[in-house]
Amino acid sequence: MISRRNWRATLEPVCIPVAALLVSLVLFGLFCALAGANPLAVYAAIYKAAFGSWFSFQNTLIRAAPLMLSSLCTALPALLGLVIIGNEGALVIGALASIIVGLPLVPVASPLVVLMAMALAGIVGGGLWIMAVGALRYYRAVNETISSLLMNYIAIALLNHLVGGPIRDPSSLNKPSSFPLPDAFLLGDIPGTRVHYGLIYGLIACAIAYFLMRHTTFGFAVRTVGGNIRAARIAGLPVGKLTLIICFLAGSCAGLAGMVEVAAVHGRVSASLNANYGYSSILVAFIARQNPLAAVLVSILLGGILASGGILQRSLQLPDATVLVFQGLVFLVVLYSESLYGRLAIFKPQPNKEKSDGNGSPRLVGSAAGNHGGNAAG
Amino acid sequence: MAGTLRGSAPFLFVSLGECLTEKSGKINLGLEGTLLTGAMSAYAISYLTGSPWLGVLVAGLAGMALGTIHAWLAQQPKVNDVAVGIAMIIFGSGVAFFLGKPFIQPSAPQLPVFELGAWSSIPAVQSALKISPLFLLGLAIAPVMQWFFQATRWGLFIRAVGDSPDAARAMGISIVRVRTICIILGSFLAGIGGASLSLYYPGSWSEGISSGQGLMAVALVIFARWNPIQCMYAALLFGGAQAIGPALQSVGVQSYYYLFNASPYILTLAIMIITCSPKRTLTGVPGALGTNR
Repeated sequence: MISRRNWRATLEPVCIPVAALLVSLVLFGLFCALAGANPLAVYAAIYKAAFGSWFSFQNTLIRAAPLMLSSLCTALPALLGLVIIGNEGALVIGALASIIVGLPLVPVASPLVVLMAMALAGIVGGGLWIMAVGALRYYRAVNETISSLLMNYIAIALLNHLVGGPIRDPSSLNKPSSFPLPDAFLLGDIPGTRVHYGLIYGLIACAIAYFLMRHTTFGFAVRTVGGNIRAARIAGLPVGKLTLIICFLAGSCAGLAGMVEVAAVHGRVSASLNANYGYSSILVAFIARQNPLAAVLVSILLGGILASGGILQRSLQLPDATVLVFQGLVFLVVLYSESLYGRLAIFKPQPNKEKSDGNGSPRLVGSAAGNHGGNAAG
Repeated sequence: MAGTLRGSAPFLFVSLGECLTEKSGKINLGLEGTLLTGAMSAYAISYLTGSPWLGVLVAGLAGMALGTIHAWLAQQPKVNDVAVGIAMIIFGSGVAFFLGKPFIQPSAPQLPVFELGAWSSIPAVQSALKISPLFLLGLAIAPVMQWFFQATRWGLFIRAVGDSPDAARAMGISIVRVRTICIILGSFLAGIGGASLSLYYPGSWSEGISSGQGLMAVALVIFARWNPIQCMYAALLFGGAQAIGPALQSVGVQSYYYLFNASPYILTLAIMIITCSPKRTLTGVPGALGTNR
């Protein structure tokens, strides 16, 4: 709720990320200028390639869909206090699971059944993959960040192994890949656009995640564990069970992203599947401050930046790694901005002057509590 | 064997750098980016000036530059050092790929090697025993670092900061300064590790050159229990594990090539699962590691 008293505190989580994005834009402009390109031309090219026309905006949305889904893979465990970066691995495993389940079903089932089975396989595959990370964390105290990172590499090796051997289509000569899904079995486009239904999946998943985390007792339990694990244990919350469930949900979102990539974009599984959506989506989760609804907006923004890589290369002769530099800068500045919360005087709730005159202290306590409540609601 | 000795040089440097960093209580996942930047700048400088040793130096300096960013950022309040590491991977590799684009084609002067295999007439043995002075340097640094931690005043400071920041503060040590120095020096070593990639083995610059070695070094340090000497053995082991895949391919085993390539990761994960336990903390782990203090 925005009221006159706490509007400054309400604005804080909006202004700081936006300011961080602007600062990183400026830094990126400096970098481009040093590299001999006109920063304004670069901004214009990125904007045009990302949001300039309906055509390019659809490209952006196509890239935003897997980002939304897999950003939840970092955002959900973060509420528990876990830093999981296994998005790429879960995406790859979800894709593999969906194609392994989907291909044998093609001759015997209708497209809708096949797609549902594929989505389910992707969800279960990715979910179990990250749940393993959570289990290792809870039962063996293995650092979840490092284990999920290692499992990314294992997943990619598994992908290369499977498409190079057991599930390889012999006709794919120079670029090994699996047998393709027939066109009729691909995930369709939203009517009137070139954007596939994966975008809807992403929006729904983010909305569900938001509701689950903010408005249910389950979400409250999760946030309690993330806030203070000892207090949560004393309160009798099943920390282990919550860890496993959250990790499964997180992985299943990324797994679904993998299924969407297979069923809507590539039509088959190959090494081009690991297109760094996993790592970009970690960035999304951090910019969005683990808020699933903010993740939708940030995904669209970052999808646009990703979509502009090719244009930068063609029109301004900048290497495609330019986008990587930009992403890195944004990430660094956003992380720095984390340390600014509560430190900038302008966002501090202002004590109400005419009331706090005279006997200040009881009034101040009351107004601080009121502001705090306003924060949580807003 | 050939691959083991040559492939372990970058591991050695990166893991020693990571070991130094983690002893002070911070983790630097960004060494992957540092490694790539080091490899790129060493190759570029060696190509432009014709002096590979200058390349090594610049690689170290480039590493220090990235390390400075990490050190500053990771010590801000409420900033997670793991997340900063991931950001540094993206940023470091972005910078390396961006600036390194023109240097993929040309070939740069390589570092000189000691031909320890000259006594043998078998070419395989000769190429296996081409030992880089850089590798020997790494082997020398490991015991020196061990001695440094054990027996010097500064080593004690670093261990105190890493194990118990409160005690260090009571001793009057500036925690921020010690950690900053450790992270920067660690990144210097990682940059040199990058130089050994591009100027020694495999001896060229390409975007896939590091293949995750900077990240594996983090796991390697855990495996080595934060002990520089054990880092040395672990680096040899990891270098060997990485050589298994290509070696099998050369003797005709084709089918499990990619899975063998993943063997270092599987090995690390297995070791972590075996050595970690919720009931006791690892022996040798710096007390403040992974906490936000």
